[in-house]
Amino acid sequence: MSAITHDHDHEHDHKPSGIKRWLYTTNHKDIGTMYLVFALLMFFIGGSMAMVIRLELFQPGMQFVEPQFFNQMTTVHGLIMVFGAVMPAFTGLANWMIPMMIGAPDMALPRMNNWSFWILPFAFLILLLSLFMPGGGPDFGWTFYAPLSTTYSNDSTALFVFSVHIMGISSIMGAINVIVTIWNMRAPGMTWMKMPLFVWTWFITAFLLIMVMPVLAGAVTMVLTDKYFGTSFFDAAGGGDPVLFQHIFWFFGHPEVYIMILPAFGIVSAIIPTFARKPLFGYASMVYATASIAILSFLVWAHHMFTTGMPVFATLFFMYCTMLIAVPTGVKVFNWVATMWRGAMTFEVPMMFALAFIVLFTIGGFSGLMLAITPADFQYHDTYFVVAHFHYVLVTGAVFSIIAAAYYWLPKWTGHMYDERLGQLHFWCSLISVNLLFFPMHFVGLAGMPRRIPDYALQFADFNAFISVGGFLFGLSQLIFVWVLVKCARGGEKATAQVWEGAEGLEWQVPSPAPYHTFETPPEVK
Amino acid sequence: MQLHRTLVTKLLLVTALMFGFGFALVPLYDVFCEVTGINGKTSNVPATALVDGVDTSREITIEFLARPNKDMPWIFKPEIRRLTVHPGEVHVMNYFAENPTAQMIVGQAVPSVSPGQAALYLHKIECFCFTQQQLAAGRNMLMPVQFYVDPALPAQFSTITLNYTLYDVTANWQGNAATENLGE
Repeated sequence: MSAITHDHDHEHDHKPSGIKRWLYTTNHKDIGTMYLVFALLMFFIGGSMAMVIRLELFQPGMQFVEPQFFNQMTTVHGLIMVFGAVMPAFTGLANWMIPMMIGAPDMALPRMNNWSFWILPFAFLILLLSLFMPGGGPDFGWTFYAPLSTTYSNDSTALFVFSVHIMGISSIMGAINVIVTIWNMRAPGMTWMKMPLFVWTWFITAFLLIMVMPVLAGAVTMVLTDKYFGTSFFDAAGGGDPVLFQHIFWFFGHPEVYIMILPAFGIVSAIIPTFARKPLFGYASMVYATASIAILSFLVWAHHMFTTGMPVFATLFFMYCTMLIAVPTGVKVFNWVATMWRGAMTFEVPMMFALAFIVLFTIGGFSGLMLAITPADFQYHDTYFVVAHFHYVLVTGAVFSIIAAAYYWLPKWTGHMYDERLGQLHFWCSLISVNLLFFPMHFVGLAGMPRRIPDYALQFADFNAFISVGGFLFGLSQLIFVWVLVKCARGGEKATAQVWEGAEGLEWQVPSPAPYHTFETPPEVK
Repeated sequence: MQLHRTLVTKLLLVTALMFGFGFALVPLYDVFCEVTGINGKTSNVPATALVDGVDTSREITIEFLARPNKDMPWIFKPEIRRLTVHPGEVHVMNYFAENPTAQMIVGQAVPSVSPGQAALYLHKIECFCFTQQQLAAGRNMLMPVQFYVDPALPAQFSTITLNYTLYDVTANWQGNAATENLGE
């Protein structure tokens, strides 16, 4: 009997070798790895575009690139970072961790999982290759406002639309997979209110995805038909309205912001209790806060549009709804801090990034509150203050949480501990350079420097040189991260199953590295 | 597997519905703006002239603006810049348009009223903006708008600005131009 079981196990651990393993795989761990590697690659491609932007802005005047190419860089940098780096990284983490966290053998729809990853490289190949077309790639900003993307755009718009469609389909398939997995495949005893918060936040994120990615698909379709097939959704001459574009786009765009931050909340809620050696403070309130943020995210879209000439009562409605989001977000920050209160804390790299997340994300949250104040927004709108705000929530928020997650679960993935000294070096270099990079943007923004412009008034020269140096240093710091990752994948101190002294949860009960198949017989959760 | 199938079907349905909702936002937006008047959009349907008398106790200043769109070569301006009216009085205002180019051009005027909420109270009985306008090369014409201000106009409004943006829609119009009289 035992011999048979052994053979059975052996056969299941067999996987095709070489490229075929990765092309045909339906294993959630393989697919998770591919998503994460893809996201890292995109992070560096999008990052190199940011380097071009900062190089041009290092000094006033036109130095290196043409204004139109500069616009392509800001546009494609945004698209790549949002859809190519942050979102696939979270999907990769979901693939790796959700089945192990809920005690499931794999994702619910493994074949679809393979598809949702493998269409993604083609989407970005199309987008990136469009940069080499005559006339250049998309240059209307990642928000592709009509009529910039309809009347005034070049023919790469068609490729842009097609690639956004593919990204959307990939995200929707990924989201459906996450929902079905969590809904149907939890181990016996894993009730809703016992799920780890990373699972909860992803569950809610997946619902946001299937509700707003189709709206984005609709918006790009309307841009396509307006440009090529004579419709007038956004063309006033034909009875349409360009402001309508902004309403549709931000109806997608604002929930999208939370798609990129809710999983980060889940990661931080996993890391803080581990290194504070205390259970998470206020678990239930965390779940409710996440759900309320998700619901509110559908009621605030027009705070991106205060300067379009909305009536006063509409601006007030959106202003108050936006400020209301600070309440559940404040609950979360309070709970993280309360978790650490009187905890036996240690400061390994994942904890350092999680702590930086709490402080810096909160700074980004506060500048968001400032932007929510309608009359103040008339000053801040389309300035570097906005750029500072969303980079604080997306880089020191979402990206820092992803890096924290990578350090936190890397020993589980590879079976080796990463190099703690290199990791700390990566953390401190990133922390200092990211603040050199983004903090002065608040000041130049308040002083009136507009975003998405390749040149600027001389008064901003010193700050911009400073910001650019911060940008280059931040970019270089991420090479340390790659070094840590490669070193850890190749070897290092053996990791135990639990890895971290204070870690709790099903993923820490399987050996490190996690076997190719886990929880084929569901664990009993008490 | 059956368990998965029903859930996947439901989730796909949500996805499809939300795709439809994106497009449903287009008419919803128009209806919302028309009902509340918040976008300064006036009705595209001619109003009837029947009102319960003229309110001579109030005077409303109507300012007329005209703006050809960037790609529209016509000369386009109102005959006078402003007019003082009593609510309920029917007035006709002419806009002058001239096509200085050597080609026939079709124009479409799109009105916008400021302040936006006043749009609900500016009624047009006849307007050149209800239809597309054609001008042969070198021709000019006067284009009338017949309107009145609703006596129900809230007291806080004393000035209403009526702006027309004129667009060149020749490209979209040429397909069925064969039967049109171009005045040549």
